[in-house]
Amino acid sequence: MTISKDEPKVGAVMVVGAGVAGMQASLDLADAGYYVHLVDKSPTIGGIMAQLDKTFPTNDCAMCIISPKLVEVGRHLNINLITNTEVEGLEGRAGDFHATLVNYPRYIDLEKCTACGECRRVCPATAVNEFNESLDLREATYLKYPQAIPRGFIIDRNICIGCGLCEKVCLAEAVQYNEKSRRTEVDVGAVVLAAGNKIFDPSRLDIYSYMDQPNVVTSLEFERILSASGPYQGHLMRPYDREEPQKIAWLQCVGSRDINRCDNSYCSAVCCMYAIKEAVIAKEHAHCDLDTAIFYMDIRSYGKDFELYYNRAKQEGVRFIRSRVHSIEPKGDGDLKLSYVDDLGDLKSEVFDMVVLSVGFEVGQETIALAKRLGIELNKHNFAVTDPAMPVATSRPGIYVCGTLQGPKDIPQSVMEASGAAAASSALLSALRWTATKTRELPAQRDISAEPPRIGVFVCNCGINIGGIVDVPAVREYARTLPHVVHVEDNLFTCSQDTQVSMAEVIKEKGINRMMVAACTPHTHEELFRETLLEVGLNKYLFEMANIRNQNSWVHMNDHEKATDKAKNLVRMSVARAALLEQLQEKKVEVNQRGLVIGGGVAGLNAALNLAQQGYEVVVVEKEKELGGMARYLHHTIEGFDVGQYLDELIETVQTNDKIQVLTEALVVGFSGFKGNFTTEVLVGPGMYERKINHGVAIIATGALEYKPKEYLYNQHDRVMTQLELGNVLHANGHEAANWQQVVMIQCVGSRNEENPNCSRVCCQSAVKHGLELKKLNPDMQVAILYQDMRMYGLLEDYYKEARSEGILFFRYSPDQPPEVSANGEGLKVTFEEHLLKRPVQINADALVLSAGTTAADTEELASFLKVPRNNAGFFIEAHAKLRPVDLASQGIYLCGTAHSPKLMSESIVQALAAAARASSFLAAKEMKVGGAVAKVDPIRCAACLVCVDSCPYGVPQINADNVSEINEALCQGCGVCVCECPANTIHLAHYEDDQISAKIVALLEGGV
Amino acid sequence: MRLSYPANVKIIKVPCTGRVAIAQMFKALEKGADGVFVAGCLEGDCHYQSGNLRARKRVEYVQEILGQIGMQAERLAMYNLSAGDGPRFAQIAREMTEKIRQLGPSPIRTVKSRASQKPSVEVAA
Repeated sequence: MTISKDEPKVGAVMVVGAGVAGMQASLDLADAGYYVHLVDKSPTIGGIMAQLDKTFPTNDCAMCIISPKLVEVGRHLNINLITNTEVEGLEGRAGDFHATLVNYPRYIDLEKCTACGECRRVCPATAVNEFNESLDLREATYLKYPQAIPRGFIIDRNICIGCGLCEKVCLAEAVQYNEKSRRTEVDVGAVVLAAGNKIFDPSRLDIYSYMDQPNVVTSLEFERILSASGPYQGHLMRPYDREEPQKIAWLQCVGSRDINRCDNSYCSAVCCMYAIKEAVIAKEHAHCDLDTAIFYMDIRSYGKDFELYYNRAKQEGVRFIRSRVHSIEPKGDGDLKLSYVDDLGDLKSEVFDMVVLSVGFEVGQETIALAKRLGIELNKHNFAVTDPAMPVATSRPGIYVCGTLQGPKDIPQSVMEASGAAAASSALLSALRWTATKTRELPAQRDISAEPPRIGVFVCNCGINIGGIVDVPAVREYARTLPHVVHVEDNLFTCSQDTQVSMAEVIKEKGINRMMVAACTPHTHEELFRETLLEVGLNKYLFEMANIRNQNSWVHMNDHEKATDKAKNLVRMSVARAALLEQLQEKKVEVNQRGLVIGGGVAGLNAALNLAQQGYEVVVVEKEKELGGMARYLHHTIEGFDVGQYLDELIETVQTNDKIQVLTEALVVGFSGFKGNFTTEVLVGPGMYERKINHGVAIIATGALEYKPKEYLYNQHDRVMTQLELGNVLHANGHEAANWQQVVMIQCVGSRNEENPNCSRVCCQSAVKHGLELKKLNPDMQVAILYQDMRMYGLLEDYYKEARSEGILFFRYSPDQPPEVSANGEGLKVTFEEHLLKRPVQINADALVLSAGTTAADTEELASFLKVPRNNAGFFIEAHAKLRPVDLASQGIYLCGTAHSPKLMSESIVQALAAAARASSFLAAKEMKVGGAVAKVDPIRCAACLVCVDSCPYGVPQINADNVSEINEALCQGCGVCVCECPANTIHLAHYEDDQISAKIVALLEGGV
Repeated sequence: MRLSYPANVKIIKVPCTGRVAIAQMFKALEKGADGVFVAGCLEGDCHYQSGNLRARKRVEYVQEILGQIGMQAERLAMYNLSAGDGPRFAQIAREMTEKIRQLGPSPIRTVKSRASQKPSVEVAA
């Protein structure tokens, strides 16, 4: 082997920006075997997501879902957190970069700081609290927010008066006033840029009175107002008089889609959804019947399940008023008068108690300067220029981009892109996997089987989530009276990193051998606490959790006494079970290093190619004769990117890659095994010969279809076609189309209706793309697009603007009154009600183009083989809509492309890379642990009656050579069905033993409070 | 979603309703629970494929025995709902509590003359 001078040299990656995108990229890379330097200019990681109250469309609490990630990043052995730091320069080339960093002083030594907060308590200087968007104050010595990682205070020297009090009270001697900026250097093979955006500052627009009217707030300020950890502790109040508002208005597109006032012509892609969410959540917070009104131009609820959320908001009484409000004037005592022109052209005004400005995204000046220092190209809006075929690659090789710096986008899209950037970095550096990483030796596990139970109980306040409802000190004292309990404490946040450290200490000190945490939910936090046990040399199954937040304080908010009593009951039940917990051993199993990709379209091919570039063998299974999927019918993207040529090259690259095996005309007919060791049966080719493929991971990329319209004379008239068909006409026979004088397009055909309530996301841009193309062919042609909302989200807005300036006509129709179409000789007659004129308009069209929606491919059988869920529309359901957008709930199976939901080709490519990244972060370890909470047969009483064999949904139990039933621990899913069916009662489910469950029942019903 | 439901409902977590044994349902009632409901995945959509169907059979069996021994079978119920359907869970919790309130305290508790206690409903999920 020859070593060229271009070989990558460093198996480490620098991730710049530690918002949700940067954190995801770091975790994927670190799990995949690369050392990560995560750099952020803020003293704290988490980015904008940490400031949000809830997230759409699931209404998950943002802090609750991001905080386990914060902790995971903070604890990861192979992530080096470098906060309060900027990248000054980057020399070198892809595979071998040398970065210079400027580390700004914190004035408090992170190594020494215990985050006890004494320094803050004595600090006399105050400043506006940026984290709460200046709605309250903080001390000069501060922690950005309670869950902040890294867990350490910082002194704001701009405010600090240098009194020296904090230094005097700091027992850890962590304060260092004289700390200076330092320069440090790191060597990395690749860079992931996730520097994010800032929120548009509306103070430069006088029309909104933002600067002089306290009750005009930005949407981010409103998030903080709603947040339980915000300036008003989650009480809905307006800033001026702290009164609860009765009427709130949201103004959309502030700092977006605006060339008149602010020059940000793009759409910020998230504001419609967050405004709807804020209105819905505000209604929940209000004590009155809160009146909420959203003033908008187009509602862009284009993402997965977003339209359903929008529809629900309408049902819940959120008012939607289509108008751009031209001014806000003060009225009375803090109220605000909005003047606007309504849908019918009439001048209206309405008075509100409070106005929320739905501010958009903007690339900050610091980020623009950073991009310049790194030598990457930005577009006219200052977003990073990327390659359409590799939407995470910047103009400088070896530097990848993700999140809002690439363009405005929401959390799941940012997370996908982050994983995508990790995949691209990993493809570059795969030869150096595990060369720069560290390994951790866990202490040997202490055998506690002979010890009597010694239970430590930790009761969490969860800020005010629990402590604000439940009398936590009372619960704590109650726990002290329970049998086997040797230690009890309560914490502000039991999940915070410093608590983990103190827990570990107290476990050792008091000889605790079972840990019980009364807090949020094991769903998000069990693993974290189990890891703490492992670090002190205890088996991770010696942990029990009482759910006193999600199942108590959150759902019994109005009755503090009952909630406290229930918390005590739940604690007693959990302590009873904890006493009976046993240590369980897990076994290491090798992970098959091959990937299976189901579907050979653009998504599947990209996923396969990336995995191969990362060094894994891949089998691609495509049911058609040809590869390429839906992209075969696309000719170019709206940006002008040649899809045909790209696809040919992609297929060629895949087919000539010696790590990839392609099976066409291949049908999946069987699927078995478990993560790390699956076996898929496939029938291949016209001969239908059977193949069995062993693989460690599977990626579903089965695509979607264009809806076949039943409406508007489709299939009955030659000149009625879908957008896809128009694309073919334009590609094959442009001069035919050039002769048309009048073309009408109808949007939302087969979308946003009763049969399919979802938005198909891509059809608005298809219409604009083709409209512009028709105009180019024949500038005199009249093109009319009949729409409900033009959903040209993000940077697509520029093409919408171009379409209007090219003279394409946009007419809005109401779904209650769809256009009427009749044949008119060779052409068609299209009649619709024009909303401003309020009278019918008729167009004689030479062609009618239907923007047919996207329907899911027929994957019912596949889903049943793979045992993975699909939603009502037939799209696969990811493990978590926000933070796990490509994982399926079944481990080892990932999802990408339109099988997930309708999306653009570039978005499919990103998701494909993301799926490959997630797959490789699992494959990279080469082995995994199995067993633990699984069923086991006690052979003494087994009569080999076969009841377990018949009852197991997975066919796991088998009668072995000794003529008794045996359960393979790697295959057992731990459901416990066999345990309950066994007539001899001789099967146990570890961790859910009979006595452990009964103990909870008995504890609940005996000795209650 | 933080939807409110009565605080007398306490949840006992099991991996699958297929793990809820007949003996455990009896145990809860015998120890004086006024009501017990087993909350599983939607039929046909069980996370463990068919555990919820096994659970339903067991619930029906226990209900039959309850009838035979003269205890109201409605004190035990099986519900199916999706894990993401918070509103339905809250609705079920309210519904079940209301039903149990109408039935009054468990006869077992009355026998043990502890009728002053509030209704306790137990859930296996």
